[in-house]
Amino acid sequence: MKLKLKIWKQKNAKSGGAFETYDLDGVAPEMSFVEMLALLNQTLAQQGREPVAFDHDCHEGICGSCGMYINGYPHGPVKGLTTCLLSMRHFKDGETIVIEPWRAKPFPVVKDLIVDRSALDKIQVAGGFISVTTGAAADANAVLVSKKKSDLAFDSAVCIGCGACVAACKNASAMLFVSAKISQYALLPQGRPEAKERVRAMIAEMDSQGFGSCSNTGACEAQCPKQIKLFNIARLNREYYKSY
Amino acid sequence: MNKTLFSAVSKKFVMALAGLFLLLFLPVHLGINLMLLKSDPEPFNSAAHFMATFPLIKVVEILLFLTILIHVTYGIILQILNWLSRPVGYKVRNKSETGAFSRFMIWTGGSVLIFLVIHFFNFYFIKLGLVDGNPEDFYSVAWQLFSIPGYVILYWICFLLLGFHLYHALQSAFQTLGLSNEFWKPVIRAISLIYAIAVPVGFAIIPLVIWLFK
Amino acid sequence: MITLNSKIPGGPLEEKWTKYKKEAKLVNPANKKKLDIIVVGTGISGAPAASSLGELGYNVKVFCYQDTPRRAHSVAAQGGINAAKNYKNDGDSVYRLFYDVIKGGDFRAREANVYRIAEVSNQIIDHFTAIGVPFAREYGGTLTTRSFGGVQVSRTFYSSGQTGQQVLLGAYSSLNRQIKAGTVTMFPRREMLDLVVIDGKARGIIVRNLITGEIERHSAHAVVLATGGYGTIYYLSTLAVNSNASAAWKAYKRGAAFANPSFVQIHPSSVPQMNEFQSKLTLMSESLRNDGRVWVPKAKGDKRPANEIPEEERDYYLERRYPAFGNLVPRDVASRAAKERCDAGYGVGPTGLAVNLDFRDAIKKQGKKAIEEKYGNLFEMYRDITGIDSYEEPMRIYPAGHYTMGGLWVDYELMTTITGLFAIGEANFSDHGANRLGASSLMQGAGDGYFILPYTISNYLAPEIKVPRFKTDTPEFQEAEERAVERINRLLSIKGKQTATDFHKRLGKIMWDHCGMTRTEEGLTEALKLIRELREEFWKDLLVPGSADELNQELEKAGRVADFLELGELMVTDALNRRESCGAHFREESQTADHEALRNDDEFAYVAVWEYNNDQPPVLHREELKFEFVELKQRSYK
Repeated sequence: MKLKLKIWKQKNAKSGGAFETYDLDGVAPEMSFVEMLALLNQTLAQQGREPVAFDHDCHEGICGSCGMYINGYPHGPVKGLTTCLLSMRHFKDGETIVIEPWRAKPFPVVKDLIVDRSALDKIQVAGGFISVTTGAAADANAVLVSKKKSDLAFDSAVCIGCGACVAACKNASAMLFVSAKISQYALLPQGRPEAKERVRAMIAEMDSQGFGSCSNTGACEAQCPKQIKLFNIARLNREYYKSY
Repeated sequence: MNKTLFSAVSKKFVMALAGLFLLLFLPVHLGINLMLLKSDPEPFNSAAHFMATFPLIKVVEILLFLTILIHVTYGIILQILNWLSRPVGYKVRNKSETGAFSRFMIWTGGSVLIFLVIHFFNFYFIKLGLVDGNPEDFYSVAWQLFSIPGYVILYWICFLLLGFHLYHALQSAFQTLGLSNEFWKPVIRAISLIYAIAVPVGFAIIPLVIWLFK
Repeated sequence: MITLNSKIPGGPLEEKWTKYKKEAKLVNPANKKKLDIIVVGTGISGAPAASSLGELGYNVKVFCYQDTPRRAHSVAAQGGINAAKNYKNDGDSVYRLFYDVIKGGDFRAREANVYRIAEVSNQIIDHFTAIGVPFAREYGGTLTTRSFGGVQVSRTFYSSGQTGQQVLLGAYSSLNRQIKAGTVTMFPRREMLDLVVIDGKARGIIVRNLITGEIERHSAHAVVLATGGYGTIYYLSTLAVNSNASAAWKAYKRGAAFANPSFVQIHPSSVPQMNEFQSKLTLMSESLRNDGRVWVPKAKGDKRPANEIPEEERDYYLERRYPAFGNLVPRDVASRAAKERCDAGYGVGPTGLAVNLDFRDAIKKQGKKAIEEKYGNLFEMYRDITGIDSYEEPMRIYPAGHYTMGGLWVDYELMTTITGLFAIGEANFSDHGANRLGASSLMQGAGDGYFILPYTISNYLAPEIKVPRFKTDTPEFQEAEERAVERINRLLSIKGKQTATDFHKRLGKIMWDHCGMTRTEEGLTEALKLIRELREEFWKDLLVPGSADELNQELEKAGRVADFLELGELMVTDALNRRESCGAHFREESQTADHEALRNDDEFAYVAVWEYNNDQPPVLHREELKFEFVELKQRSYK
């Protein structure tokens, strides 16, 4: 396969950026998107040109490192996949692919396709935890949790923190991300004692990081590689009102 | 800024409550408007008169204007903040799958607001004495307006946009108020659809009926 | 010269850890905040260590190369985490867990360490549950478990096929709690370039800020390495592509001895390699062998689609060879059996380097929904990668480099041969002997971090309270920084023709061919030569674009590959030295008549501990393994 790639290049956070166009030959349909970019970088390096910087690590869709805006879709056009699992068989020979970094005020570009997502960490630091000190726990079966609730909590807990929800949202809102964590803890009895403080602290931090608000458009749900549901946001709202 | 009252979630909460209140008002207004279809101006005019003079309605009216003001102001503030959340946009338009009308709420809402202003000039300001006209005969005013084709087309466009606005608004309000879940979502969506079609269509058929049959 | 003192407390096996804790020195709460601890790595041992040390009141500085601690590769562990809870009433106990791990490791681990990890295993489950990790549950609301290889009880707690993610995010949440409390300071996107040793004690590290390229100095009273394993030396492995050995390797070169470097676990079930561009082999959890049956056609070179091969023409070779454990033999055994079948020409798939993992019977018996509930995400992942729906036809799997049992040598206190330098989790060598049993890595990592290190590090730090906070302008820091900068400049100045990835691929192939699933004297000797040649070529022909004062991913890779090129030689040296087969280390010269690993306990019942010796060959020290409580037996899963 032959591809034309239009990729955002930006030296660092302070400098400006622009799109650069690359022609890439020899792309195999069974490659993943990041392997395709690795091939590009290998080619560029051999030509003495500067490679394209992008985050990627586990290549199995679980670490949340990778993420780029591909032809108008965060993580590309296939639902439920991270960029690293996106196969090139979903693209056509001769296709032009435009690749952009996540765009959001709280996600400044670090270099090329790499953005700083530490704002998400800061939201977690604000309250995304249960305050049980090591050694203080009772036997794991001391508190029974219904399978249904536990499974629901798990469905929310699978968030990989990639930021695709923010990238997809027209408001660059982090509500799906925040709601996933809030939901996990709200559903489990272990998380209830701090539920009030947690939801308030995390929402306050989300706001102060400059994320937008939720318009309930559902782009986040559509683009979430872990298919985290919009209901989590309803639950987050509920938890927030309940905290007063 | 007070983090609680003005958090992203609180602002949406206020928007949703205000919006839902406005949703209650629309069917009432529609009910009165349907009286325009009678040949006798009396029922319509007396209903309008009642609305204009009954003391309790006065209170509701103030509440209504306040709600519109809050809904509009919060809508604009939220929109500006949301735009600021992405100072550098994408080159390729976002193709993520979303609710069809959810992305244009500020525009559909804005159009409705413009219509509202025109509407005020035509009716409400007459009542207040700001514009010339007979406040006791809105029936004739309405009939006269509906005889202007340009006005009717504008009227229809605005109600089409209002329908778009309402379809997302109703389900969004439930989601924002935390009242949506896997079970209720389809129900809420169906109600939204029915409401978003019934109310604007109700308003829109009035000039049509007048044209065709009167 | 180093001297090895494993510091194992005396007394009965069951009482050693209790005795240690009773006698260990403590640090007064008021003094703890005067003590700085550096933790490198935020995986399932680093994050727990940092958070629990923070909870105790120490001043902790944590480093990771990722943009956030939540991305450490423990996140990718799938199957589960073991504990001796005996919730299933199936005869489990601390002793049985201990024995399974010792036996699974083919009697090449320390009894006392293994017993201790089995002892704390239950607390780990309690803790994770309390901090909101959603482990799978029964309808009655209790936690459920499943079986794993090499074991006849059901003791593995899990969250679907992403247990690693769930427990790591749990640990990450406790870390966040401490960051908020101000006891832990997080330094992401930092790569450790060197260790600073002052007067024989580890006192700091040199790191590179991966965003700006700045070199930073950080001091502390103690340094903890939780930097994981070195499986990426094979280039294609189940690890994250950026996982690396550099921190451990730098520690080795500063004097921390390296133990059993050749003990590498080749995981039996990963998605087979599909093309030459592939940068990674994706793991398919061992838990799949609970319900999946492994088979190849009975006829050589049978190219029919799997579903068209009738039952009687299938060779369920694991069930045939190991009737007692069947498909649930330990990983090393399963991997070698797959290699044996493929080498003999029975392999399936386009390359012939794969075997079938078939769920047909399980789906028939339990229904598709039950299988989906247990492994849904794994089936999805497999389909995303290969396009094959495993509900309809078998998965194809092949072994891949996965986990390194070898690592920095540590004593019972998890301290390396450098005073004040600790190594925990996969970075150390301690608990898995020559082969790790499934679902034991999360257990060991979290156990080290939450329940062991906090005790042993206090014992070390108690006398250090009089030592004031360190300045980073000492000659030792100066020298270490210069060394790091000098190396970066050297890498950049070669300006050759081949990228770091080119060299990494070639090194990976050498290691896989000669120091992988099976090893021979001849192959290893050859590998030694090839690695040396490759290293020489590397330093002559490496190409690193860009500069040092910016985000430069090629430079990062080059540094890691340079270290792998040295570590590879040590691995091969160790494999050559160990003229026996044990666990994952299979020397073809040492096998039983039916091709099982043949140990040589008389000569090799020791930990091979290698000391760096500058340009001279490394010095071998032996830590004899004394088995006081278990009897050494030929491992049998038949």
